[in-house]
Amino acid sequence: MNAPSRLKYTKTDEWYDPATGKVGLTDYAQSHLSDIVFVEILVEAGETVEVGKAIASVESVKASAEVYAPAAGVVAEVNKAIAEKPETLNQDPYGQGWLIRIENSLPGDLMDADAYIRYCEERD
Amino acid sequence: MTYIPISPNEREAMLKTIGVQTLDDLFQDVPEKYRFPKLDLPPALTEMEAAQYLQELASLNETVHGDLISFLGAGMYNHYIPAVVDHILRRGEFYTAYTPYQPEISQGTLQAIFEYQSLMCALTGMEVSNASHYDGATAAAEAINMAYAVFRGKRKKVVISPTVHPQYRAVIRTYTQGMELELAGDDARADLEAAPEFLTNHIDANTLLAIVQYPDFFGRIYDYTKLIEEAHGKGALVCVVANPIALAILKTPGEMGADIVVGEGQPLGIPMWFGGPSLGFFTTRKTYVHKMAGRLVGETVDNRGQRAYVLTLTAREQHIKRERATSNICTNQGLMALASAVYLSVMGRAGLRQVAELCYHKAHYAAEILSQIPGYGLCFSDPFFHEFSLCCPKPVAEINAHLLEHGILGGYDLSQDYPSLPNHMLIAVTEMNTKEEIDLLAEILAEVNHD
Amino acid sequence: MTETLTPKVVEPTLFELSSPGRIGVTMPEPDVPKADLPPAHLLRSDLPLPELAEVDVVRHYLRLSQFNYSVDGGFYPLGSCTMKYNPKINEDTCRLPGFLYTHPLQPIETVQGNLELMYLLQEWLKEISGFAAVSLQPAAGAHGELTGVLIMRAYHKSRGDHKRIKMLIPDSAHGTNPASSGMIGLQVVQIPSDARGNVDLNALKAACDDAVVGLMLTNPNTLGLFDENIEEVIRVVHECGGLVYGDGANLNALLGIVRPGDLGFDVMHFNLHKTFSVPHGGGGPGSGPIGVAAHLADFLPEPIVGILEEDDEETPPLFGFIRPAKSIGRIKAFYGHFGGGMVRAFTYIAMHGAEGLKQVAQHAVLNANYLLARLRGSYRVPYDRICMHEFVVEGRFEGSDLRALDISKRLMDYNFHPPTNYFPLIVPEALMIEPTETENKATLDAFADAMIQIAEEARTNPDLLRAAPHNTLFGRMDEVRAARELVLCCWLPEDYSKPLTDEQPASLGER
Repeated sequence: MNAPSRLKYTKTDEWYDPATGKVGLTDYAQSHLSDIVFVEILVEAGETVEVGKAIASVESVKASAEVYAPAAGVVAEVNKAIAEKPETLNQDPYGQGWLIRIENSLPGDLMDADAYIRYCEERD
Repeated sequence: MTYIPISPNEREAMLKTIGVQTLDDLFQDVPEKYRFPKLDLPPALTEMEAAQYLQELASLNETVHGDLISFLGAGMYNHYIPAVVDHILRRGEFYTAYTPYQPEISQGTLQAIFEYQSLMCALTGMEVSNASHYDGATAAAEAINMAYAVFRGKRKKVVISPTVHPQYRAVIRTYTQGMELELAGDDARADLEAAPEFLTNHIDANTLLAIVQYPDFFGRIYDYTKLIEEAHGKGALVCVVANPIALAILKTPGEMGADIVVGEGQPLGIPMWFGGPSLGFFTTRKTYVHKMAGRLVGETVDNRGQRAYVLTLTAREQHIKRERATSNICTNQGLMALASAVYLSVMGRAGLRQVAELCYHKAHYAAEILSQIPGYGLCFSDPFFHEFSLCCPKPVAEINAHLLEHGILGGYDLSQDYPSLPNHMLIAVTEMNTKEEIDLLAEILAEVNHD
Repeated sequence: MTETLTPKVVEPTLFELSSPGRIGVTMPEPDVPKADLPPAHLLRSDLPLPELAEVDVVRHYLRLSQFNYSVDGGFYPLGSCTMKYNPKINEDTCRLPGFLYTHPLQPIETVQGNLELMYLLQEWLKEISGFAAVSLQPAAGAHGELTGVLIMRAYHKSRGDHKRIKMLIPDSAHGTNPASSGMIGLQVVQIPSDARGNVDLNALKAACDDAVVGLMLTNPNTLGLFDENIEEVIRVVHECGGLVYGDGANLNALLGIVRPGDLGFDVMHFNLHKTFSVPHGGGGPGSGPIGVAAHLADFLPEPIVGILEEDDEETPPLFGFIRPAKSIGRIKAFYGHFGGGMVRAFTYIAMHGAEGLKQVAQHAVLNANYLLARLRGSYRVPYDRICMHEFVVEGRFEGSDLRALDISKRLMDYNFHPPTNYFPLIVPEALMIEPTETENKATLDAFADAMIQIAEEARTNPDLLRAAPHNTLFGRMDEVRAARELVLCCWLPEDYSKPLTDEQPASLGER
């Protein structure tokens, strides 16, 4: 499993990029969900989000999950392309698979990559 | 007991394997003071006695096959069911199977549902059908659940035509009790003669769904195209509650631009059975499929390269999505959906149209002669299908009591739900009614007026 | 992702079998003058239904039926579904013309047989469950749940208690429980199970406060275990002002053994299609009547059946419909699944009586414990004690990546329907096994032998499981393709796009 060191992570398996404000679902999460067939982003650009607010809903062939905001702030952009190609979340979770970008963000209590990898290993 | 195939010797051997002495030892976790209550039930009947007992109960009823001539519809209709329908339904392979969770050994049920979905899409002019709801009323309520989910709870108003079936509107009110919705359009003062476009006055930017019926509860046919356009202009969805037999000849709700089409599938090969089980069909546009409740079958291939079918998008449903699911529905009306699919396939393109036209011609003959009886007249001048409102010289309850003495089950008394329509009788005529029956109805109705 | 090979068609669809001009049923000519059809703008242009002869339809559905596994065909130990044998007499009684051909809106005087049957069934279900009142209206178990949670909510509101918004639900519950609560806007609070598979009492006590609507409890639970602290659980919920909902999915274990009403449950749904032998119909229709304790009787959905005029020496009682005083309203059009559900269940109960029903539960529990005893050595049993009508084992083996799914698929090769997979969620790789009382020892032994053999195969030849099933007509499915491509309707042949009126005049008799 892959967790880039430039990103920060939540216990609910979201990643947050402090440099860009982008948010997505981790590699660990996508592999456990397996084939993702539906993504719905629940917030719109301009909306203010709090840490822990549900920002997206994801369904795979066998499971469903909510994605929560890892940081507070204003939604600057949502990845509209993802709804058409939900499998991107499986193929490129840290790249094309981003979900939203938050501006003026105030991150919640996040883990670095090493801590997150340990956290995932504990759960397996 | 007849259906427990375990002999006393086998029972002893099994108890020994388990490691207990008696059957009662298996129930030690049950609080002793409540254990083994004495149930006050009638003594058990043998199969022969049960068959006789049920026959006795059934014979206390007067049926619309032999005892009574029926002009009663209002949501359930007396149609002919070809013999082949029940012969298929009686196959144990269909009726004693469960939900097709294991597709390798459930392809019969899965392909049958897939075909049912296709038939419903063809009939309603829509793109996607689920595997069915409990009945027309609950399907209408589920339309609200879906539209609510489409807007993610941000819109809070539902506009309902007052000429949607009263029981459907009642069920909708029960279903939506905890959703904090505003329901508008069908209050008691609504003008029942207004064209459906009057509903647009109620539709606003907070409206998630408008619901109309086609033909409406009074039997009237309206083209809802304009209403739907205007609703879409406000961003709202529109659900049409449709009669499936009428759809054999009428413009489809799909052609009118409807977002959801629901209805009671009972006319499609399902006996009236005192109100159930029947079938609630539900079709919609493909864009909403992820928000639709209920089971859904999709085509795929198996690992041998064979075309096959599976339950798909199951992560929408309650067993995975739990409290975040659009609905709690688990079962569909499997066997009733099968009945309607068999009915539609054997009726086919020409047969269903014939049924619809027979209903249409007979209902129009009835309307023609009944409206000529002094004191009677058609309440509305709009086109109708197989049901129409007859304005009578006396309260309908009084007239129906008289009809019943002559072996006729009169039409539905609209004053039960619409106090402003005191002497209005809703008369249904299907292919099952003969000209003689209609003439007899006219004769007795004329008599009533002279009394 | 898209296969380039055209899949092999095992059985064509109705639409593919269709041939233009073929007739299945001929309807009579109208015996009245023909009326003008509505104006053209109100008519549809085409009716793209298949055109088939009756024999085409019969053979098509006969072939489809042969693709199904069924209770009539074999052992179907699908946990929590109570796939018992469906007596054939039920199929005849529910089709008596007196029941089939009655309209739900007929005057009550003309349907006294139906009403008497419904009245007696209400009375019998009350007696069996220990509840004060029953409504037969809900169409299925989940529908009964929705009815039940609406009643619980209405009860609190009627007492001016508006702050109750939480529903407590154990982690072993069916998904319908949280979904029913979520549907009416309640917050779901999950309660963990303890090491013995009971509701964790400490967690329950901690969650109980004055915002609790109630607890939704399946007992025996989905592990097949009767909660050892059931009275305490119910007391704790009642003490905080909450109500206890019983999910009646597992009532088969309790018939004549204990009455949920006596234990203190406030409301419960019955599954006539599980406990009382109504066939499952390939996924429905079900039938989910609901029973309530006396303090909730006024809230039942309308209408219920009652006696309007008592009998006297000359006339029988007059049965009719009654609206409970504070009814939550209608939950369904008309009265519930009368023909398919109530008549069959009524027949079943009439043929069993008190002693027969008790034997049903005893033998359902006997069969489950016998299978458990036979499988214990080959499969890990996470909560191992005397079970009720079903039990759960783990479908995984030390040092192997085989899963419950693989075991299930392999069972098909032995001509058994697999148990419920992956439920309850609290057991990893769960296999939930419910044999029911209608199976004999030889069948149970054959199933146990197959399960033991599969455990052996898992060690010696795991690929046999991974590639299973082998002996079935169809193999494993590409579920990802189904979900991604979303082909949800049959392909319609070309000529169906042509308007019907071009080739077929709208009026009859000209064909």
